[in-house]
Amino acid sequence: MITLKDIMTMVNGELLTPESVPEIECPKVFASDLMSDVLASAEPGSFLLTGLANPHVVSTCSVADVAAVVFVQGKRPDASVVGQARAKGLPLIATKMPMFEACSRIAVLFGVRGDGR
Amino acid sequence: MAASAVFRREFPVKGGDFSKAGTVACRIKDLLKELGLDTQTVRRAAIASYEAEMNVIMYAWEGRMKLAVSPGKVRIVVDDRGPGIPDVNLAMTEGYSTATPEMRELGFGAGMGLPNIKKNSDGFQIESEVGRGTRLEIIINTNGHKP
Repeated sequence: MITLKDIMTMVNGELLTPESVPEIECPKVFASDLMSDVLASAEPGSFLLTGLANPHVVSTCSVADVAAVVFVQGKRPDASVVGQARAKGLPLIATKMPMFEACSRIAVLFGVRGDGR
Repeated sequence: MAASAVFRREFPVKGGDFSKAGTVACRIKDLLKELGLDTQTVRRAAIASYEAEMNVIMYAWEGRMKLAVSPGKVRIVVDDRGPGIPDVNLAMTEGYSTATPEMRELGFGAGMGLPNIKKNSDGFQIESEVGRGTRLEIIINTNGHKP
């Protein structure tokens, strides 16, 4: 199973929530800047890749049972958003990679292991 | 409903207050979890609540969300005082939106809110009066898990 650590490695990511467990499983990935789409279509337990870094991302993920967030394209949530995520136990990763490259690399990760879609 | 309700809570929602967005939905989710409802029911109720809460914040002046949990059923009624919806059928169309660019920048206003509430509900009713406000009734069956 692909883990948070695997995703971080693939996107050269930085973990913004140091207490998060690297072995958290990543069964599925959903990529969008639209929280409306996350609410409508992301499956529970998914990792979210997004270029949006406002507090609504954390609220949306909490409501929709998203398991972790990867902020792409160098976007970084401010300290209050990180604090909100830590309080809810939501792991946050930041990467400088653009959305497409991050998605492509993660898709390879799923493809190589043969257990993704 | 009144006689069989075993758990009730009511929450105010202030129109335009984006800083509190999601507070009520997260509270409802926590309460339903504490009541021991199954994860799918909790998630559906949380998503429907969040979409409804965002609609009040984005479009109305103020609103109230009433949660009632009875054996086998979660009922959420959202009453707002606001501009109302001139064409409810149009508003129920996926992708139709009157959101401002500011709302879209926050990641909302994609015209998915009302359809997504309906999708996550087992029963859904909407009434709206232009110039007065909108009322939603959301029913979610609890898959046989009793609160």
